Amino acid sequence: MEIQTRKEKNAVIISVKGRIDALTAPEFEKNLSDFIAKDERIFLLNFSGLEYISSAGLRSILATSKKLKEIQGKILLAGLQGPVEEVFKISGFHSIFKIFDSEETALKEI
Amino acid sequence: MVQLLNHIKLPAKIENLKKWTQSVLECAGAQKFEGKRIQEIELALEEALVNICHYSYPEKPGEVEINCKIDDSHFIVEMIDSGKPFDVTSLSDPDLTANIDERKMGGLGVFLIKKMVDEVRYRRENDQNILSLIIKKGKR
Repeated sequence: MEIQTRKEKNAVIISVKGRIDALTAPEFEKNLSDFIAKDERIFLLNFSGLEYISSAGLRSILATSKKLKEIQGKILLAGLQGPVEEVFKISGFHSIFKIFDSEETALKEI
Repeated sequence: MVQLLNHIKLPAKIENLKKWTQSVLECAGAQKFEGKRIQEIELALEEALVNICHYSYPEKPGEVEINCKIDDSHFIVEMIDSGKPFDVTSLSDPDLTANIDERKMGGLGVFLIKKMVDEVRYRRENDQNILSLIIKKGKR
């Protein structure tokens, strides 16, 4: 897993490449938590380079969203493809999160 | 006739995930499954192994043995541990329509296992949990 972050408008854009599995999910979740601790509230997860996600990754996103909701923050997602999109659909995450085709369209929402 | 293709036994630790996965996917690859099926097997395998590593041996360390088998029409991944009884097939599915507040954290892994393979079988035998992921050969 490779994580790149940058800030645009008032959102933190987190681009993840590779895999979010049981081994890498803790690092991914910590990355998000660290930004929340620095008072960041709006996150855009760019998953266009993500090849694999398991329930450990989904739980990290859900846990972070629950945390953010309490402090009026939010998570948007963009660029899901292949098996990652499939897992989001099967698990029902497709309907509980705001998901955009691309980072550009998601940014217009922020 | 059931034929044993591969066998690997390692301590029930999450750090061994890659070794188990590599071993099973080599077998699955040799069965000429298409890429999407291989990915589904990989996900089901991770979810099942993570469950075993987290819950099977709460007190003392143990091992997980994986056997890859084939019969005429199926590829079978059998996971055996000597931990406490745990029948993943008995768990109910998560509520997929719940919103972020209501959505529970648990149950997702087992749900994904059921969705990724054609059949999941569990049996308790000789104080062991035997979980089988059964994948039909050929196109789905």
